[in-house]
Amino acid sequence: MADDLLRLEHVSKSFGALRVTDAVSLDIPKGELHALIGPNGAGKTSLIHQISGWIACDSGRIVFDGEEVTGLKMHARARRGLVRSFQITSILPRFTALENVALAVQSRSGSSLRFFGDASREPKLNGEAMQALRHVGLAEQAHRIAGTLSYGEKRGLELALALALEPKLLLLDEPMAGVGAGDGEALVGVLRDLKAHCTILLIEHDMQAVFALADRISVLVNGAIMVTGKPDNVRADAQVRAAYLGEAA
Amino acid sequence: MQDIAASMPMTQVAPRDRSRLIVPVLLFATLALAPLLGLVGPDRYVLALFTRCVIFAIAALGLDLALGSGGLVSFDHAAFIGIGAYAAGILTASGIDDAFLLLFAALATSGFFALATGAISLKTRGVHFIMITLAFGQMAYFVANSLKAYGGDDGLTLANRSTIFGRDLLADHRVFFYVSLAMLLAVYLFARAVVRSRFGRVLRGAKENETRIAAIGFDPYPFRLVAFVISGMIAGLAGFLLAEQSEFVSPAFMTWQRSGDLIIMVMLGGMASLDGAILGALFVVLTEELLSGFTEHWRVIFGPFLVLVVLFARGGLLGLLTGRRHG
Repeated sequence: MADDLLRLEHVSKSFGALRVTDAVSLDIPKGELHALIGPNGAGKTSLIHQISGWIACDSGRIVFDGEEVTGLKMHARARRGLVRSFQITSILPRFTALENVALAVQSRSGSSLRFFGDASREPKLNGEAMQALRHVGLAEQAHRIAGTLSYGEKRGLELALALALEPKLLLLDEPMAGVGAGDGEALVGVLRDLKAHCTILLIEHDMQAVFALADRISVLVNGAIMVTGKPDNVRADAQVRAAYLGEAA
Repeated sequence: MQDIAASMPMTQVAPRDRSRLIVPVLLFATLALAPLLGLVGPDRYVLALFTRCVIFAIAALGLDLALGSGGLVSFDHAAFIGIGAYAAGILTASGIDDAFLLLFAALATSGFFALATGAISLKTRGVHFIMITLAFGQMAYFVANSLKAYGGDDGLTLANRSTIFGRDLLADHRVFFYVSLAMLLAVYLFARAVVRSRFGRVLRGAKENETRIAAIGFDPYPFRLVAFVISGMIAGLAGFLLAEQSEFVSPAFMTWQRSGDLIIMVMLGGMASLDGAILGALFVVLTEELLSGFTEHWRVIFGPFLVLVVLFARGGLLGLLTGRRHG
């Protein structure tokens, strides 16, 4: 299917006897916001790790934007526009917020094997980094050392880092985890904006946010996809209610 | 810092902090004036001591690029110094004594050895990296020991210092000191530029958080390898100067303890600050000279001091002086 930006074919992964990903096949067409839900320990984050290339899958194929990326490492996939965020915030704590994002901009604009010229003074890098920070409401904090930002601000920075890469597909691993209600609503707004620009695969436990944002939802249980469908269908599915939504409600 | 940022949130560049120039200006001014001590003391001794300071400052700066900015704890650097020194010594023994040729040979050989050993070592991280660089360093040490034609473990005496356009300008100890100091300044300015460049930013980022750097699309390996080679070549330059100064090279240049000394200089001075590497080198060389005048067990005094600095002054001596912490 030419329209599929991401295609997983029977992707499997085991850690010892534990099968964390069990023959997962999934197509995500361009422009879709696809949510991945499931109980804790279902293997959602492990699946994101494999799609992003942080860990290798044991078998199966991952095709991104018409090209097989199964054997590529994370940095090579990121360069192709397959970009992820982390559930546990991963930033450069001693760089300023702006430098964090400017480094992401640097990754997609020109060679980084330049040994002269102060990178922190390149107007193009800083300008585009500032834009990404503004997008997540962190423009005022640009010159603060990233390690000193509040938890919610770090979550925002994590998102800005991904945005600055101008991804084709964004893998978001619980972007709202641990964020207070007010910041959570703001983040839902940011995600809604984002939908217009790129395809998104979202892991999120906040069911209200998931059902408000997602075009389609896949439910992962014990490493396997139980059902994929429109939000209303998933909500109505008896199996899903038993496996997951019933517990959550 | 935060107050400044808050009052001017829309500017995209933080203001340049001129106070950061005070330390390097003071360091270089002190070094440039150090030979004046020769007016009140034994002239040649003073010059030799401070030339040694300058040469080790160059080596420490080189290591700081790999260790401070790249997070690479290398025990290979004594080997780079030794290889630079032997390149100069062996060419001199073969009758070639043009300073530019010797310098080129020192840089080329140390750079090549850094490339070959770095390409393998950098496949690993942490303790494994330390052990592999140590193994390569020891290998170079034993090879130097076995060079029968060049003195074996006794080392090799150079017939003369190298010449510049056929003239023996470097034979003068004062000239040699200022040439070394000029090289230190050049290396310092170069290292500063590298650390702040696009390249340096990726390197520093990979030290802080390798996963994040990969997630934004950088493979840290080539950046670390290039940094390791540059770092090794700077150490090779120091080796060349060391051979020229003492007009002697020996396997003792390459012992792994020497690599440890360099790491101590960088950590003691303040990692990743460059100024700190120079400060650390000065401090270690001068303290060693001073304490070893009292007792041959000077390390018994120096060791606990080092522990205290590492425990209580995370920014090293530079941090103590300026109240700042560097990466």
